[in-house]
This record gives sequence, C-alpha cells and structure tokens, in this order.
Amino acid sequence: MNGLGAELWQAVVVCFAAVFTNNILLTTFLGMCPFTSVSREVRTAAGLGGAVVFVMTFTCLLNWMAYHWILVPLGLEFFRFILFIIIIAAFVQVVEMILDRFSPRLYQNLGIFLPLITVNCAILGASLFMVIREYSLIVTIGYGFGSGLGWLLAILAMAGIRQRFNESRVPAGLQGPGITLIIAGLMALAFIGFTGVLS
Amino acid sequence: MVLEIIRDVLAVSSTAAFLTLILVVCEGLILNYGSCEVMINGSRKETVQGGKSLLSSLQEKKIFIPSACGGRGTCGVCKVKVLEGGGPLLPTETPLLTKQEQQAGVRLSCQVKVRGPLAIEIPEELFRVRQYQARCSRIEDLTYDMKRFTFELTEPDTIPFTAGQYVQLRCPPYKGSREEVMRAYSIASDPLENRRIDLIIRRVPKGICTTWCFEYLREGDPVSFTGPFGDFYLRDTQTPKLFIAGGSGIAPFVSILWQMKHADDGRQTVFFFGANRTEDLCLLDEMKAFEQALPNFRFVPVVARPAPESRWSGQTGLVTEAVQRSFERLDGWEGYLCGGPGMIEAAIRVLRQMGIPDEKIYYDKFA
Ligand SMILES: Cc1cc2nc3c(=O)[nH]c(=O)nc-3n(C[C@H](O)[C@H](O)[C@H](O)COP(=O)(O)OP(=O)(O)OC[C@H]3O[C@@H](n4cnc5c(N)ncnc54)[C@H](O)[C@@H]3O)c2cc1C
Ligand code: FES
Repeated sequence: MNGLGAELWQAVVVCFAAVFTNNILLTTFLGMCPFTSVSREVRTAAGLGGAVVFVMTFTCLLNWMAYHWILVPLGLEFFRFILFIIIIAAFVQVVEMILDRFSPRLYQNLGIFLPLITVNCAILGASLFMVIREYSLIVTIGYGFGSGLGWLLAILAMAGIRQRFNESRVPAGLQGPGITLIIAGLMALAFIGFTGVLS
Repeated sequence: MVLEIIRDVLAVSSTAAFLTLILVVCEGLILNYGSCEVMINGSRKETVQGGKSLLSSLQEKKIFIPSACGGRGTCGVCKVKVLEGGGPLLPTETPLLTKQEQQAGVRLSCQVKVRGPLAIEIPEELFRVRQYQARCSRIEDLTYDMKRFTFELTEPDTIPFTAGQYVQLRCPPYKGSREEVMRAYSIASDPLENRRIDLIIRRVPKGICTTWCFEYLREGDPVSFTGPFGDFYLRDTQTPKLFIAGGSGIAPFVSILWQMKHADDGRQTVFFFGANRTEDLCLLDEMKAFEQALPNFRFVPVVARPAPESRWSGQTGLVTEAVQRSFERLDGWEGYLCGGPGMIEAAIRVLRQMGIPDEKIYYDKFA
C-alpha cells in the first residue's frame, strides 16, 4: 500500500476505535455534564449528539492546522490549551449563527446546549489527544469524527435506557443523576468488551 | 530574546485577532437579514431591520404589543396572529398556545424573529397605544407593602384610557437588575383626570420592578410607560355587578368606581375586597366616599385571619367564602375579578357554581 492509502486505512481504524474501544465518554469519562443532563429524551440527545459530531470533527481539524502550522514552527506548543479553546469558541459561534439563520427550529431546540458545547471537555479533550498521539491530518479527521460519533452513540444509548426507566420504579435515593451514573458505569463495562474485537 | 518574545506575542494575538475578524465578518454576512416588510392588518406597511424579535421590531415602529414578562416567553401576553412568514412554531411557544390558537396562526411576538417579509394581524386598538414620559410626583404608603404612585404626564400630556385598563411601566436597569424590564400595572385613578395616572403597587419580595419602585424611585424622578392596554372594563349592561379583588387587585376598581361616580351609575354593585390581615386593608375612606356617592354600591372588606387584638367585626375567611355567605345564587350577575392567579381561579370556580356563565366573568390576572 502506498503512503496515502495506509494513512486512510489508519484513519478508518482510529475512527472505529474512537467509536467503540476508545469511546471518549465511556473510557475517559469526558463530557459527562451534558451526558447526564441532556439524556432524558432520545430526540434532544440525538440533536446534541449530532452537534457534538459536527463540532468535534471540525475543531479537531482546525486545531490540528493551528497546532502544526502556527504553534510548532514558532515553538509555542505550550500555548495550545488557550488557542484550542479560542478556536472552539469561535467555531461554535459561527455554527450558532448559521443555525440561527437557516434552521431556527434546530437552533431553538439546541438552545443553550450549543454554547455549552464550547465548554464541553470532550471537545477540548479530543483535540489534546490528537496532539499527544501525534496523528496526521487525515487520521485526525477520522479521530475527531469517530470520537464525536462515539459520544453520540453513548448518549443515544443512555437516552434510550432512561426513557425506559420512566416507567420503572427506581429507588428514591437513586433517581436522576444517581441511576444515570450507575448506568454509565455499566455501559462503560460493556464497551470494554469491544476491546477484544480489534486486537 | 526580546525579538522572540515580541514575535510570539504578535503571533498569538494576531491569531486571536484573525478569529475575531472572521466572527465579525460572519455576523455581518450571516445574521444580516436586511430590511424586511411587515404588513399589519392588511393595510399598514412597516419596514424594519430584520434579525430582532417581532415584539421589539414593532416597538421601534411605535406599535406596542403588551408583554408582561419582558420578552422571556413566559407570560403569553404578547400573542399576535402571524398570517405569513413567521417560520415554524418554536418549542418555546407551544406551552403557551392552545391547539386552536396554534391552528389559527397565533404566535408569541417575543419569540418570532423577523427574518423576511411578514404579514400579521393585531387588534386595532393597539394602534392607540403610545409611549408616555412622566414625572413621579407623589408616593404614598397605603399599607406596609403597598404604595400609591402618582405620575404627572409630561410628553404627551394626556392619556385617553378606559377605566380598568393597565399600562406597562418601564423599569430601567439598576443595581439589582442589569436589563430594562416592563411590568404591567393597572391604572388606579379617575379616567377624566387624564393628565396624571395613579398606580397601586404591592411589593413582591425580590421582584425586579417592585424593588425598584419601592427602593429606588423617588418623588420628582422621571418615569416612562406604554399603554393603555387590556379589555378589563365595565360592560355597558343593566345587570348587577359583583367585583372581587385581592391585594393590589383593588387598583382597576378605583378607576372603574370613579367612572361610575361621574356617570351617576345606579346599577347594583357589590365589591368584595380580600385581605390576609387587617393591616392589609387599604383605601377604606375612599371606598366609603364611593358608597356615599353611589346609592347602590356596597364595599365589603373581608379579612382572612384577623388578629384577635384588631377587634375586626367584619367578614372573615376567604373572599370566596364571604361571597357564598352573602348570596344564595348569582344568576343574572356579572363578575369582575382582579388579583393573583390563585384567587382568580378560586373565584371563577365559585362564581360558575353560583350561576354566572363563563362569558360573564371578566378578569385581569396579575401574573
Ligand atoms: C394585567 C396586569 C395588571 C397588573 N396590575 C398590577 C397592579 O395594579 N398592581 C400590582 O402591584 N401588580 C400588578 N400586576 C403584577 C405586576 O405586573 C408584576 O408582575 C409584579 O409587580 C411583580 O413584578 P416584579 O418585577 O417586581 O417581580 P418579578 O421580578 O417579575 O418576580 C419575582 C418573583 O416573584 C414571583 N411573583 C411575581 N408576581 C408575584 C405575585 N403577585 N405574588 C407572588 N409572587 C410573585 C415571580 O414568579 C418571581 O419568582 C399586574 C399584572 C398584570 C398581568
Ligand atoms: S412577552 Fe411574555 S411571552 Fe412574550
């Protein structure tokens, strides 16, 4: 296989791993705050998850470019935390404007969640991981997309489970966040099972 | 060394500046809706700058849609009919609109954003609504938590209104609240003396506007309000009338009683005024004067829990209980209610039971 082909293949593998074996939510427990608070309903969960996929893919890409084309040549790598945050914030702002203009309904539905994505640690986490793991540009795209998809999958599953819980009797002390965290733990255990698939 | 520092600082700040520039350009390009035409009632055409809520766009054109929550989408007072171009119904609107209203195209004007040409329908009398500048000329204590504010109009210098209507007082930003809010207050003064208005305001603990009125507003200060709004007025029928008010709900009735006094109104009218304790009663002298001027008018103060030392000899318990004690049935009466939502709902239930049909019960809910 030539260089590009190999890289593309690696991107696919990394993407797959980010969805299942290395799920950013269930293995590193990043992005828990919206995960527990917005997982009551499948519809909103899907909306937020979709937004995370989109934002994560593009911010990973933008941050990769900013890191490798601006910070590394200048020897300013230590500055990446701040720069990444600024880029994420600016990107989310632009997305917000576009939604406001072209899809008012989705904009209203996402409401406060879109700005919240800016401070979602999973988004920044993905960008930092892609630096630490020294991914190339193409692999980074796969990684960002896969991480977002993994987050979407996890929150969708959680919302589905929680909707079923509406009818069941959860002990009073465990209702709300308590039972949600326990389910998240069980889901994480289940996802560890996927690790065997890739080895 | 120094060069490097300068270079790094420059690099970082120019990246940030570049991002800001992108944001500004995007805002100009994406959120610029240009000017949009709003067709009102098929006859009046206004051109507004797109991108803002319908409520505030109309306000700029001096068309004042009432709003009790100041555009937060919680009061549902700002309803207008959007015939064309309002976009899909938003999730923030559905809880405040009935099925029929949704089908008829009724929307919350504070939630609908002007993004293109619009056609809307509003009640004609809203064209009469104006913005008034005034000066607070007198502040008078009525009870420990109620005050009467008198506003002398400056610009325009008279306000034509129907007794029972309300205005929306502008509460400017102050120490406890960063943005301007509007709150509804019923006019509590003689409709013939339309160079000034009185408002009777009851303090709401931690309330934005009432805190401002009670702690920051001083005699001599300028104020501004819009109005008049509302369809709570005395109907021109010969049937006897029952008034029920709690707390500051007395306000519109003061105005209505002035109107009745000028008209030498001989219709049978009974006014039940509910208070928690005797300290909550107010305007007893003024009510006595109305009783003397109007032969068929009776004022019945009701104190829910009078303290034993107050030696209260009048009606006790809830206002609704007093009404039930005083009348067997109320067939053929009209009911006028004003006060908090709890009292209004209880009173509507009782009046319905006692024989007043829903369409003869008029009310202003202070919510
Ligand atoms: C048509 C109409 C006419 C009105 N006329 C009068 C009037 O003549 N005199 C008058 O005093 N008020 C009147 N009101 C009520 C008034 O508009 C305000 O809602 C009220 O003064 C509270 O405003 P705020 O900004 O101080 O409180 P906000 O900051 O809006 O509210 C603070 C908190 O208090 C709660 N709250 C709001 N109102 C009440 C209440 N009444 N009792 C208990 N808790 C409350 C809110 O839910 C909130 O949590 C009228 C309302 C309407 C809709
Ligand atoms: S102004 Fe209160 S809902 Fe629109």
